[in-house]
Amino acid sequence: MKIHEYQAKTVLARFGVPVPRGEVATSSTEAGAIARRLGGPISVVKAQIHAGGRGKGGGVKVAKSPEEAEQLARQMIGMTLVTHQTGPEGRKVGRVLIEEGLQIDRELYVSVLLDRAAARPVIIASAAGGMDIEEVAAKEPHKILREHVNPGVGILPFQSRKLAFGMGLGAEAALKFVKLLQAVYKAFIETDASMIEINPLILTKGGDLLALDAKVSFDDNALYRHPDIRELRDIGEEDPLEVEASTFSLNYIRLDGTIGCMVNGAGLAMATMDIIKLAGGEPANFLDVGGGASAEQIKNAFRILMADKNVKAVLINIFGGILRCDVLAAGVIAAVTELGVRVPIVIRMEGTNVEEGKRMLRESGLNFTTADSMGEAADRVVALAK
Amino acid sequence: MAVLIDKNTRLIVQGLTGREGTFHAKAAAAYGTKVVGGVTPGKGGATHEGWPIFNSVHDAIRETGANASVIFVPPPFAADAIMEATDAGIPLVVCITEGIPTADMLKVMEFMHGSRTRLIGPNCPGIITAGQAKAGIIPGHICKDGRIGIVSKSGTLTYEAIHQLTKQGMGQTTCIGIGGDPLIGTSFIDALRLFATDSETEAVVMIGEIGGTAEQEAAAFIASEFRKPVVGFIAGQTAPPGRRMGHAGAIIAGGQGTAAEKMDALSKAGVHVVKSPADMGARMREALGH
Repeated sequence: MKIHEYQAKTVLARFGVPVPRGEVATSSTEAGAIARRLGGPISVVKAQIHAGGRGKGGGVKVAKSPEEAEQLARQMIGMTLVTHQTGPEGRKVGRVLIEEGLQIDRELYVSVLLDRAAARPVIIASAAGGMDIEEVAAKEPHKILREHVNPGVGILPFQSRKLAFGMGLGAEAALKFVKLLQAVYKAFIETDASMIEINPLILTKGGDLLALDAKVSFDDNALYRHPDIRELRDIGEEDPLEVEASTFSLNYIRLDGTIGCMVNGAGLAMATMDIIKLAGGEPANFLDVGGGASAEQIKNAFRILMADKNVKAVLINIFGGILRCDVLAAGVIAAVTELGVRVPIVIRMEGTNVEEGKRMLRESGLNFTTADSMGEAADRVVALAK
Repeated sequence: MAVLIDKNTRLIVQGLTGREGTFHAKAAAAYGTKVVGGVTPGKGGATHEGWPIFNSVHDAIRETGANASVIFVPPPFAADAIMEATDAGIPLVVCITEGIPTADMLKVMEFMHGSRTRLIGPNCPGIITAGQAKAGIIPGHICKDGRIGIVSKSGTLTYEAIHQLTKQGMGQTTCIGIGGDPLIGTSFIDALRLFATDSETEAVVMIGEIGGTAEQEAAAFIASEFRKPVVGFIAGQTAPPGRRMGHAGAIIAGGQGTAAEKMDALSKAGVHVVKSPADMGARMREALGH
């Protein structure tokens, strides 16, 4: 689960990570009042959306007075912000973060995430902050520093010092970095975060270290034990169909093709998308209905699929094993009849009673085509979607 | 021979008294597996569907001589179940549970370090040795006794591979679902090492997916020391970056973990990589020159 920058900073601050003073606003009047409260002449107005690259898209601006902050907030709230991470349709800005302006001496980078291969958390740090870290890694890999953390003992001071001196920090700043990293790692562990990224981490001219920007995402599997974090979810940032699917425990991701897919199992669902593309079509979605593929789930899945108006044909690929194909067929027929689904549907299913299931589909009088293999199913559905 | 599990394996089920546990214990027994009991803390001393239930894995091993365990325990308790089985010294643990927090698995990986227990999964369909025994949820009736090993991150895509091989007349030795989570007990390389020394396994189907670098590491291993033919497929060639595709581990992050880079690495290592998931069986037939 992703959260906004202002929420990430609140979470980090709770663990003792220094962040700039600031507050979030949903109106320009509020924004002006916050800027006045902050006191200084300079403030920064930052659009709050779940995507990076906001600066280049015009979502981060410096105001030289509270009046200007108010004016910038007026422009930003309600605007559609397009960045390299939002896609061409962009994201609507509902909130802005107003922060104090700071005198920046250096911009650094630090993040914590899981290194899957090492099966340990890893701290990544770089003196090249404020830039896209993937770009730094590609062009100047020597500027990327890494320290693996033994989860039994946590991040050790000597490791933090190694990173601090590696980034060229002086003695005083290095000590501050050790303390900051301790807090960041604690936040990572205690909130079940999957990533914490502070970019840039700034060293001010006054010698303070602060998280100027922060991105935090959480392990969905662990949200059950963090009700406070679950509250931070902003469904306005998610595709409405994906939100609806999640309420039915359906794993649905919307794509931009014309062939709707309904599959059991994540790997087979991905493979089904792949084979549609190979057959010359474009998948409209990823959809894993789960192991059971009950009649109720099939109906919910159809409801989601058909809400996407780009869908011209549907491919159902169910490998049940223990699943009874006659029961599956009955579920599909009921859902299609009840919801009045009109697009052609190609079904490939494996399990027990396959022949009986196919006969039921054939004799239903509905727009079904059956296929014996994945390849055949893909060819048929692509032809029908044209 | 086969690997990991056979008709002599004595299997216990952690979570046997639950719905899933009961269902799959019966299916395993029906397939010929020696299911010798179950563990449900607090229900020790009871009998469930004819099987003795124990309070702990220690008790179950002492009383039944079990040498493998399969776990059907809800996510909040699954990591504890794995570590209990490890502490009891059982050689093989297969964890089916999907949705275990990564932080819990970090603890499991530390705890298991240096132990004599092998973990398969979590978030996997388990393992089956065709015609002999199974631990997990892979349907037995689609398998056929033969000479092909399968190692896969995905459940239903494993069934698809089994089905294609069986239809082509090629049976299987052991099918190993290693799981789709970011942290798993047995890697592709671990599974390939097992197949390398199994005289019955003639060739291997390897099914990967987007996310992480396990397939690239496997490619390096295959290039340097794996001598049997391998047919490979990578799911998620059309997956958008930055989105988690069902499995917790299936995500292209920071431009890394794409299907293209994995397919490229495997091809360079001499693996017969198929673009279409429908071609796994046919390509294996070609690879074996049948």
